[in-house]
Amino acid sequence: MGTIYAEESGAIGPRVSYAAYAGRSTRVIGSGQVSVNEMLEQGPWIAQMERIQIAQDQSAFAELFQHFAPRVKAFLMKSGANDTLAEEIAQEVMATLWHKAHMFDPSRASVATWIFTIARNRKIDAFRKQRRPEPEDLTWGPEAEPDQEDVLALQQETDKLAQAMSELPQKQRELVERAYFGDLSHSEIAEETGLPLGTIKSRIRLALERLRHTMK
Amino acid sequence: MMNMTDIKHHLTDDILMSYSTGTLPEGFNLVVATHISMCDDCRAAAGSFDAVGGTMLANQDAVTVSDGALKATLKLIGEMPKDPIKTTRTGKSGIFPTPLQDYVGGDKDDVQWRGLGMGMKQAVLNTSKEASVRLLHIPAGAAMPNHSHKGTEMTLVLQGAYRDEEDRFGRGDIEFADEDLHHTPVAEDGEDCICLVVTDAPLKFSSLIPRIAQPFLRI
Repeated sequence: MGTIYAEESGAIGPRVSYAAYAGRSTRVIGSGQVSVNEMLEQGPWIAQMERIQIAQDQSAFAELFQHFAPRVKAFLMKSGANDTLAEEIAQEVMATLWHKAHMFDPSRASVATWIFTIARNRKIDAFRKQRRPEPEDLTWGPEAEPDQEDVLALQQETDKLAQAMSELPQKQRELVERAYFGDLSHSEIAEETGLPLGTIKSRIRLALERLRHTMK
Repeated sequence: MMNMTDIKHHLTDDILMSYSTGTLPEGFNLVVATHISMCDDCRAAAGSFDAVGGTMLANQDAVTVSDGALKATLKLIGEMPKDPIKTTRTGKSGIFPTPLQDYVGGDKDDVQWRGLGMGMKQAVLNTSKEASVRLLHIPAGAAMPNHSHKGTEMTLVLQGAYRDEEDRFGRGDIEFADEDLHHTPVAEDGEDCICLVVTDAPLKFSSLIPRIAQPFLRI
């Protein structure tokens, strides 16, 4: 289905390059290179979100699905779900994306971050059978038009964060990743990796300090 | 709903990160969500931790989904109840932020209080068993008996204020307590003090909450 939707022309404004851009995004981050042009774009996948918000555009949804469903599924499998369950929850996450599309605000979170929060909440619901209390929505809510400057600023921060994370030493990055995706506490990570708990804590602390330093 | 500069005692980064990764027990999540509803600072910090998760998701290697996955999801979309557009304060107007109102079923006048003697009242809220969360009502000027804690306790002030050996805690403030803290909280005069208190089951907490109390992305 990839070829079909990659040819979809940009329905909104001048951002016709979004498909190519989006397809590149993981490699760009992985190789640690983010070009100036890309920094100035309003961010990957926002055009598709807008097409869903404005026109309930199923082809825009298909593009998002093609990119994110396999990654959400990977996230769930790393958290311990088997293939069948991970696929089922990934589909629920993507369906939730459709229904909550009107809530998405690109000045507050990147599309990937927003999908991460949906997937995390769904995971808590499915794995632990618990509610996840969410903070009260801010009063300026989803109806207010997001400020383009804020959108751009958020995208630049997101790019910086991705860059900083790609530059972390592999061992530190792996541990932060376990903390997020593994659904494991640090002592459980210790059991699994055989690393002493103190080492894990200091490595994660080091990773977070590095990230923070790079963000300044 | 309140000026963030009023709040002096915030959530720690290890709690915020655990809220973001989803490893906290429900009761702690409730206190965190309630505090974030009142505190722009911690809302922004929580957003930073979510962004770390988002960046990792974006960099995942894709795994194969089944051939009919998209079609199945479109079908699911048609079957799912439409997400109601949330209004900013779903419940009644009052002193409880929305996440707390959801658990109470209303505001402070709707709480099913039970007397503890000395004018003190409490109401246990229904959450998962890993942690227990309750509302406490302390009359203005009253002192709670000196007590220490089993495990870790987190207190969020919703109305009034109290002082203990550590500091003064007013609306929106969070106080952490563990086995080492023996304190005697005294409610300030003028207004009864209402707090939301969560305690983990003894010995559970250390394994559920990673202790990486380091400043992170909180610029």
